[in-house]
Amino acid sequence: MYDSGKILTGLLIFALLVTFPVWYHLGRATPPPEPDLDTPVIAGLAEKECIESTEYMRAYHMELLKTWRDLAVRSGEKTYVARDGEKYPISLEDTCLKCHSNKSRFCDQCHNYLGVDPNCWNCHVAPEEGNR
Amino acid sequence: MGMGISLALTVALILVAWAGAAAGLQVVLGTVIPYLAGLTFLGGLIWRVVRWARAPVPFRIPTTCGQQKSLPWIRYAAVDNPATTLGVVARVALEVLLFRSLLRNSRFELREGPKLVYFWEKWLWVAGLAFHWSLFVILTRHLRFFTQPVPAFVGWLEGADGFFQVWLSALYLTDVVVLVAVTYLFLRRVLIPQVRYVSLPADYFPLFLIMGIAGSGVLMRYFFRVDVTAVKELALGLVTFRPVLPAGLSALFYVHLFLVSVLLVYFPFSKLVHMAGIFLSPTRNLANTNRERRHINPWNYPVKVHTYEEYEEEFRKHMIAAGIPVERAGPSAQVGIPAEKEGQ
Repeated sequence: MYDSGKILTGLLIFALLVTFPVWYHLGRATPPPEPDLDTPVIAGLAEKECIESTEYMRAYHMELLKTWRDLAVRSGEKTYVARDGEKYPISLEDTCLKCHSNKSRFCDQCHNYLGVDPNCWNCHVAPEEGNR
Repeated sequence: MGMGISLALTVALILVAWAGAAAGLQVVLGTVIPYLAGLTFLGGLIWRVVRWARAPVPFRIPTTCGQQKSLPWIRYAAVDNPATTLGVVARVALEVLLFRSLLRNSRFELREGPKLVYFWEKWLWVAGLAFHWSLFVILTRHLRFFTQPVPAFVGWLEGADGFFQVWLSALYLTDVVVLVAVTYLFLRRVLIPQVRYVSLPADYFPLFLIMGIAGSGVLMRYFFRVDVTAVKELALGLVTFRPVLPAGLSALFYVHLFLVSVLLVYFPFSKLVHMAGIFLSPTRNLANTNRERRHINPWNYPVKVHTYEEYEEEFRKHMIAAGIPVERAGPSAQVGIPAEKEGQ
């Protein structure tokens, strides 16, 4: 092998860069987030169900909020008809945040896990979390 | 023809992943294949580079694009005709980061006259640069799935890349650029007859594969959302060697992951290995010191030579008898001067 010093150094740097995610976590646990559903309003619900299915909400909640923004602000529509036909008022305060009143233990769990910085709170005031 | 094979292969790969996800082969698609692909990629690339490094490069063969270093009062091109390691580093860095040799690309035509006309031809350079840099930014942005906590620079990159907020959320510039650039690179192959003539399945396949990867990624990002928390759980499980298979990941995600795995496996054994090869191109990574110092060929062996003096010594009598002019009339004391060894 010729120029082995230079080439092996290059290969080592490359291998270290490529395996960055491996040695970045060495000796460190990375537990998945656990969004907390334990709020007084949810506890009082007979059927613990969001307005759409859990799978849909996990993947599409941001799209739903966008749709709501368009419906409420642009079309003046104040009622959302869910896929199962159930009707809900389009309101952050009276719908979403009424149940999920624990932003730091619900919203922020996954958002922090994924390094997501949602722009909701650029305009809206984040709800207070006094008594869950 | 080559295009058809490549397209069929790419579609087949997508269908395989789709069918696998539908048939419940998540363990294979989400754990086994990504691990094998990662190993093949790293091992294969090292193998390629070591194999290249074993080939001796006895002579300096840089392509020189400027004045060579000679007399002190003649200004020389330190980067385009480097004589020092620093010059070589600058040259390789500019080549790797800015593709300078593509920038030199020009098109020429024979016009009436006859007159040779040169055209400014930078589209390949522009598209190549946009394509590669977008891929690099996209790859770096994916660190947000592979690291916990996410390093700050990934966030900054996302912020800059997602500067334009369309439909209320970030529209990543690189997502648009990479699709436009890969489409250009593909159309260039198809529409320019000369380029089409020299294009092989191995040229189309990587383009289709990258179209598939970028396309499935864009679909997941903007249209058919996936549960990104589950994606990150899977990704982190892979890199921490505690693989998990979260439920609820769509077939589209497994198609994306499978195509990336195929790309990683294909990488070291195809033209894509130019990523490593660019650092080992003798026409770029050698200083032009051919005249400055002597470079010895490593496979030289001592050559047995018979000098003219020895020859004349041997045949002088016969030469004189035949009337052939000789340099010395009689035997000299210098017989047996050791011949200068070739290449020393």
